[in-house]
Amino acid sequence: MGVTAILFWILSSLALLSAIMIVVSKNPVHSVLWLILVFFAISGHYLLLNAQFLAIVNIIVYAGAIMVLFLYVLMLIDLKKIVDPQRSLWIKLVGVATGCCLLLVLIAALSKADQTTALTQTIGGNIGLVENLGKILFSEYLVPFEISSILFLSAMVGAVVIGKK
Amino acid sequence: MPIYYYIVLAIVLFCIGIVGVLVRRNAIIVFMCIELMLNAVNLLMVAFSKMHHLKNAAINASAGSDGQLFVFFIMVVAAAEVSVGLAIIVMLFRNTHSVDINFLNRLKH
Repeated sequence: MGVTAILFWILSSLALLSAIMIVVSKNPVHSVLWLILVFFAISGHYLLLNAQFLAIVNIIVYAGAIMVLFLYVLMLIDLKKIVDPQRSLWIKLVGVATGCCLLLVLIAALSKADQTTALTQTIGGNIGLVENLGKILFSEYLVPFEISSILFLSAMVGAVVIGKK
Repeated sequence: MPIYYYIVLAIVLFCIGIVGVLVRRNAIIVFMCIELMLNAVNLLMVAFSKMHHLKNAAINASAGSDGQLFVFFIMVVAAAEVSVGLAIIVMLFRNTHSVDINFLNRLKH
């Protein structure tokens, strides 16, 4: 087993364990912290795939901005005052069973798919570097890039309008 | 690494997200589980783009970079979505003094 495979398994187990802890943990703040750990593990996967730009963007946007937003909302909401709402045991069991059924169906359906043994390029390849992605982003994808700025503006206005009343 | 490992990893992460959405009633945690599902999809997309690149690099030197740009745009949309969604949750809390997702079944009052 090479270094890449060992790193893959470590990052995968870290991501899965933290993902389960998000659902299980009682305190929402702990859930946020576990989610940050998931994002770091996924960024590690991006680095392993040599998608360096996406690894950095994932950390900056998700772990940096979005999670801080989540933490701010959790601080705004008085956690002491509210009791954490819980579903009944039956609903929980049915939810877990549904998730497991979906997992089983998807994995069984995809195990017979074409090219499941095809390799992904892990260390080499320079398509994930900033230089290459930047060239394509500002030539082929210029219009979607500009439209996304309008999307951000409308989201900002929407958030302010919703939050004002 | 074979692509199948990445497929299984992404599917398991996605299903954990679905279980979280179904099981929890705290709106913030439901929202976090949606983020988890988005990230599972992103991871799979990057893995597919590297697979495509390995196969077609001889024909097209930048094969597969479209997939990574799509992931970038998914992140952009997710950031906008989170800001609006959290504003809605704050408004829900202000109106009902609870973050129970069952209060969202009737959008008025």
